[in-house]
Amino acid sequence: MNEAFIIATLAAAIRAGTPVVYATIGEIFAERAGVLNLGVEGMMLVGAVVGFMVGVNTGSATTGLLAAMIAGGLLSLIHAFLTVTLYVDQVVSGLALTIFGTGLSAFLGQDYVGVSGPQFAALKIPVLSQIPFLGPILFEHDILVYLTFLLVPLAGYYIHRTRPGLHLRAVGENPATADVMGVSVARTRYFYVFVGGVLAGLAGANLSLAYTPGWIEGMTAGRGWIAVALVIFGFWQPGRAMLGAYLFGGVQSLQFSLQTIGVVIPVYFLGMLPYVFTVLVLIIATQEQVRRHIGAPAALGIPYKRGER
Amino acid sequence: MIHIRLEPRLSTPRWVSWASPVVSIILALMVGAVLIAAQGASPIEAYAAMYRGALGSGFGFAETLVKAIPLMLAGLGVAIAFRMQLWNIGAEGQLWMGAWAAAGVGLFLYAAIPMPPWLAILLMMLASMLAGGLWGAIPGALKAYLNVNEILTSLMLNSVAIFWVLYFVDILWRDPGGLGFPNTAPLDKAIWLPKLGALLFFLPPTHRVHLGLAFGIIAAAFMWYALSKMQWGYEVRVIGLNKRAAGFAGMPIARNIVLVMFLSGALAGLAGMSEVAGVAHRLQRGLSPGYGFTAIIIAWLAKLNPFAIILVSILFGGLLVAGEQIQMTMGLPASISLILQGLILFFVLAGDVLSQYRIRFR
Repeated sequence: MNEAFIIATLAAAIRAGTPVVYATIGEIFAERAGVLNLGVEGMMLVGAVVGFMVGVNTGSATTGLLAAMIAGGLLSLIHAFLTVTLYVDQVVSGLALTIFGTGLSAFLGQDYVGVSGPQFAALKIPVLSQIPFLGPILFEHDILVYLTFLLVPLAGYYIHRTRPGLHLRAVGENPATADVMGVSVARTRYFYVFVGGVLAGLAGANLSLAYTPGWIEGMTAGRGWIAVALVIFGFWQPGRAMLGAYLFGGVQSLQFSLQTIGVVIPVYFLGMLPYVFTVLVLIIATQEQVRRHIGAPAALGIPYKRGER
Repeated sequence: MIHIRLEPRLSTPRWVSWASPVVSIILALMVGAVLIAAQGASPIEAYAAMYRGALGSGFGFAETLVKAIPLMLAGLGVAIAFRMQLWNIGAEGQLWMGAWAAAGVGLFLYAAIPMPPWLAILLMMLASMLAGGLWGAIPGALKAYLNVNEILTSLMLNSVAIFWVLYFVDILWRDPGGLGFPNTAPLDKAIWLPKLGALLFFLPPTHRVHLGLAFGIIAAAFMWYALSKMQWGYEVRVIGLNKRAAGFAGMPIARNIVLVMFLSGALAGLAGMSEVAGVAHRLQRGLSPGYGFTAIIIAWLAKLNPFAIILVSILFGGLLVAGEQIQMTMGLPASISLILQGLILFFVLAGDVLSQYRIRFR
């Protein structure tokens, strides 16, 4: 293995991991507020198709991206309404959202399969991309990749170092106490579920407008679910979750790079890799959580009913 | 801003419990109508075509029953796990593993060792249940002994299973005489699941409904008996409701988790066998259009009641047939039936709340 191969693989890992970074950060916000949203896959798919459709019709990838964020956000409000206002079981509501989103995206996108549309082009960052080794890995991507370099540290800072972040954690850990502190549990949960939906929509558009431009039914291929798994792997911390997403991206891009250097493994087994990887990652992360006494936000999955504290 | 407040009801009025699913379906159809109209088609025409296709003729109803078979088997499977608060969403992969094992027995073991056809069918059933069961037991064991989230592991294993089976369909077991279609050779006619024929006198004589329907009904009866009449069913419920209490009562928690996930997967595996031996008569791509996922909705709508699962499966079988129908006759995408499934579930979930709470606006 030579240096060019390593650089190409790592750069590909970052590109492949970026959509998952967005989806994972979004799910971290929702779960930090105490709402498990298993609808990420569905919201990503709708984001992918809406982003692409609007992109094609306006000719602007940026407009498509914004539309995808709105679409993801709106879908997430269904989940917020059912689980926060109506106390519906979060697992079932999220599954329903994924099924609905899968159907809706196929329905909306039927005339867009095989159409070509606008896309975010790669922008080399002038000075930084000249850094040996790291430059081509980190700084020869599209704008969506660079945005995650800002989003992830900001999300970590927001959650741990700001007052709204404190309220967010309070609502997820102990909603009754947050309520007494004067924080509206329902409003907080709605807001962060919506943030999760917006980021999932963005993640979908990242696929259809940048990573693999175009629309194909079911093009997320389980990435929304992998995002939910990476939240656990990341211990609900944006930074560690980003690392997990890049690991996933590495496994994903390994499929292609192994073929280019002539390693012969049937595509079927390469295709299994990301999913087997995710199962292994979950096992390892769960053991580490037990050892280090880290857990999910204490109120995750539990509806908050004021009268029944 | 309107504030909606929910007040717990002291008792559920009877009309609420039956009105909720009916109203849910009507509301889902109404939202679906908007989507169909947005595609420039007439919703009334589309729904009429859906009804004619799925229920309006004897042949249509027979096809509805054919589709209901894998749905009820997989639905019963996920329902067992849900009873214990185990979220097995891996029925799709378990179904594929069952189909793979059944095809292996039917194509190769039956050819290699002389045996009567009924024995081969029995072995196919056992093999499919073993394969699906073991595939379900993996997330079960990870949950029981390492506390790994079963929702995600069972889901990830779906993709692994499908890649595994496609490797056999496309490469190892591919029928060289298949004219380029990726599928295995057909099973010997002697080991196809028998059609129910004149037993279902109300259907046209050429219908395709097969013995798998009986598997579903028998499985539902077994499940009802095991869960509501046996000590074991009581344990499953208690473990689901409160693990700590079950532990103090000396119930074997880890063992039951693995066992329930095995049984859950075994039923989904049997669904795969019934598709291979009863419908496709070979292993092929597209064997399941997501039966394992629809099964989750069915189990939930049926409130995990085994007999209700049979009825809801027929309803959803009809929805799948209807979706194909409007795709063929009106050029609307078949994904409309997936959308309707999601919508029905949304409305039923919301409706269930009304059976427990009153709504107060202020």
